[in-house]
Amino acid sequence: MASNDIQLMAHLMRRAGFGAPFEELEARAAKGYEATVEELLRAEEKPDWEEDVARRHMIGGHLGNAMPEIQGFWMQRMIATTRPLQEKMTLFWHTILCSGDSKLDHPETMDTHIDMVRENALGRYPDLLVALSRDPAMIIYLDNRYSHKDSINENYGRELLELFSMGVGNYTEDDVKMAARAFTGWTLAPAMNSFIPYQRHAFKFQYDPEDHDDGEKVFLGQRGRFNGDDIINIIARQPATARFIARHLYDFFVADEVQVPAWQTTPPRDPAAVNVLADAYLQSDYDIRSVLRVLFNSDFFKDESVWYARVKSPVEVVVGTMRLVGDHLTPAPGIESLVGAAGGMGQILLNPPSVEGWHGGKEWINSGALVNRVNFVANRVGDLSLPGVQRIVERLGDITESISPSDFVDGCLELMGSIRVEEDTRLALIAHVERGGPLVRDTEEERASFARKVGELLQLIASSREYQFA
Amino acid sequence: MTTSTKDPVLVVIQLSGANDYMNTVIPYTDPLYYDFRPVVSIPQNEVVPIDGQLAFHPSLSPLKDKFWDTGKMALIHGAGYPNPNRSHFRSMDIWHTCEPEIMGIEGWLGRAIRDLDPTAENVLTGVNLGQSLPRALAVPGVPVASVANLEQYGVLTGIEGDKERNQALDVFARMYTPAVGSGIVMDYLAQTGQDILKGADILKVAPAKYSSTVEYAENSIAQALKGIAQVHLADLGTRVFYCSHALYDTHATQVVDHKKLWDDLAPAVCDFYDDLREHDASDNVVMLLFTEFGRRVRDNGSGTDHGSGGGSFVIGDPIKGGMYSEYPSLKPEDQLDGDLRFSYDFRGIYSTILERWLGLDAKPVVGGSFEQLDFI
Repeated sequence: MASNDIQLMAHLMRRAGFGAPFEELEARAAKGYEATVEELLRAEEKPDWEEDVARRHMIGGHLGNAMPEIQGFWMQRMIATTRPLQEKMTLFWHTILCSGDSKLDHPETMDTHIDMVRENALGRYPDLLVALSRDPAMIIYLDNRYSHKDSINENYGRELLELFSMGVGNYTEDDVKMAARAFTGWTLAPAMNSFIPYQRHAFKFQYDPEDHDDGEKVFLGQRGRFNGDDIINIIARQPATARFIARHLYDFFVADEVQVPAWQTTPPRDPAAVNVLADAYLQSDYDIRSVLRVLFNSDFFKDESVWYARVKSPVEVVVGTMRLVGDHLTPAPGIESLVGAAGGMGQILLNPPSVEGWHGGKEWINSGALVNRVNFVANRVGDLSLPGVQRIVERLGDITESISPSDFVDGCLELMGSIRVEEDTRLALIAHVERGGPLVRDTEEERASFARKVGELLQLIASSREYQFA
Repeated sequence: MTTSTKDPVLVVIQLSGANDYMNTVIPYTDPLYYDFRPVVSIPQNEVVPIDGQLAFHPSLSPLKDKFWDTGKMALIHGAGYPNPNRSHFRSMDIWHTCEPEIMGIEGWLGRAIRDLDPTAENVLTGVNLGQSLPRALAVPGVPVASVANLEQYGVLTGIEGDKERNQALDVFARMYTPAVGSGIVMDYLAQTGQDILKGADILKVAPAKYSSTVEYAENSIAQALKGIAQVHLADLGTRVFYCSHALYDTHATQVVDHKKLWDDLAPAVCDFYDDLREHDASDNVVMLLFTEFGRRVRDNGSGTDHGSGGGSFVIGDPIKGGMYSEYPSLKPEDQLDGDLRFSYDFRGIYSTILERWLGLDAKPVVGGSFEQLDFI
């Protein structure tokens, strides 16, 4: 019963956002596809959420360790945002330009880190890389504060090239050393003590010209007395960087690619699409918003062959489910448990396993993670007290006087966000509904039993294989 | 205690992030060590000597008392592979897949589990205690249970009523039936779903059957080893256990961080063996501790950068303790771009364990013939 427009809109919102309830899909489809893409891209035109109000509602008992609060704050923002693409892109960069609290042990600095990523998420890539190189979290995470004129620490120089821009095989070990030399002196200001007990200030960036190696460097075939900004400008315009970022965007928004270390030897799933994105990057002065405009409006993105071609990341599972059931749409205590839920599925926000981020795609799935995914979603969509679930029950009740098991199943799939499942899955669900007896709702008791059946079916749909995909 | 079949069991602990072998097994009488490590070194008066040349980091003392001094701990110096790769991701992949040249898909332990249980009769032949499955255990079609919490393992646990839940599990089983042409990931999901259903039914008994006087610490590695002990003692036929301990990537403030890691790990391993011995269930368990690479010879003023030529440990009642392979030379002319040169191919450690302990043909699992050691 779903129109093609709504199905396509559901695809767009699963990718450019965290999915959407049926009413939102209807409203957006009425507005039109391209208009919706434009609205998502121009995130800053939507009102930001009231951060100060949100913070006042979310003060936890974590003065000594504010990390759960800060992770929860971001999780809350993803659920409540009016700018879904901005949050999605913040998550995208977080999976690539990793920094993590396991090493920092300084929550306030992780907080300012992710604000920096959000601010630059849809902008020019070199601007993001410069901000990243000056970001205290990154300076701590990849040890640039320990890289000195007379003894460099290669960690940041290497990962900037290997993981943040060009990929292995496109630079030499000497380039790594040159990059590291260019970033010497990019360090932290001396820590400031707070007069408030247990309060810790976020670290601040400081450029120390005394500790900067100002000598001549040869980097990617160019010669000069390069500083960090020059290195980033050279990196940003490399075709290897364009291809690397394009492939990451394809992997995150279009269809799961093989894991990053295999990119050197395995061609992209859709080389033409990656070329289109790489060209858009180079021709737009490295502007990410322009690349995304090309991506979402392209045929390769809209094509049905890439619908459900990505395994949802745990954060997508959690945020998407909360938006669907309409829970935690406004700041409230208890958000930390949602951070823990995503952790149980293999993704702890602001704490990636290593600088290489998380292995995505099929590798999100293993028996332990699948158990947690199925149970988390099933427990939410089966909760008839939640507003999003109540709306589904009401709308199904409105359909017709008597509803057949197959209409009942199709209706639930539709109202959960225009979900498409394999015919075998659909038949298994219909058989289950048939076994449960007639779907009448004349009396109070019958209406309660009807609602219970909806809740149960939503749980089964949430536990299906298809629901694991975006 | 039920009668154990006493099949050989392997427990693997992954030290994620690259453990600094030079500061774990320390060449404390070599002046070069202190020359190269002006900051990140253990003072001679603090090390725990094991002979005239080498000493343990003080945090390994519990392991020395319990295993080294009783001849049940083997040190394999200089474990590595040709053309060392200094990326964590890639190097860990190489240790997991035994494929230094190409990107491998199959994990060595996944292959071993397949050889131990070719028809996948027992979905618990391999058990990982942790949130996500390491590649070492991943081979398409080989079930491995990845368990974060033994008490709550199973799907649709929120559905009330036994009848209702059983009906829901029937639907789940039907929805997770592999179908022709639905794609690799869908098939993989189907298999995973079926394995969960089977594994959950069996695993439930482990915590219920368990009782012990050993009190494990609250840290993650101690709790993981406790979970392994529970499953092992429940006699569910598990032959390969796996868990990880992080994060050994000590680029900075290493002296403090590295000590903390071993202060958690060493007592946890001792508690684990105490627990097993209390239940007369330790003599068929061998433990391997490995890491993706060693760290650079010269310190960077606060920590150590990525290097090569690390080291591995094998522990257990059946182990012939001692030192194997050669401790890599610290002499500048012997180093490889500032790193210790590897002296022994890690695939030989795997081969030794596979052939002499698990009774398998190592060659197809590790992709060739490698020199074995006599620690078993």
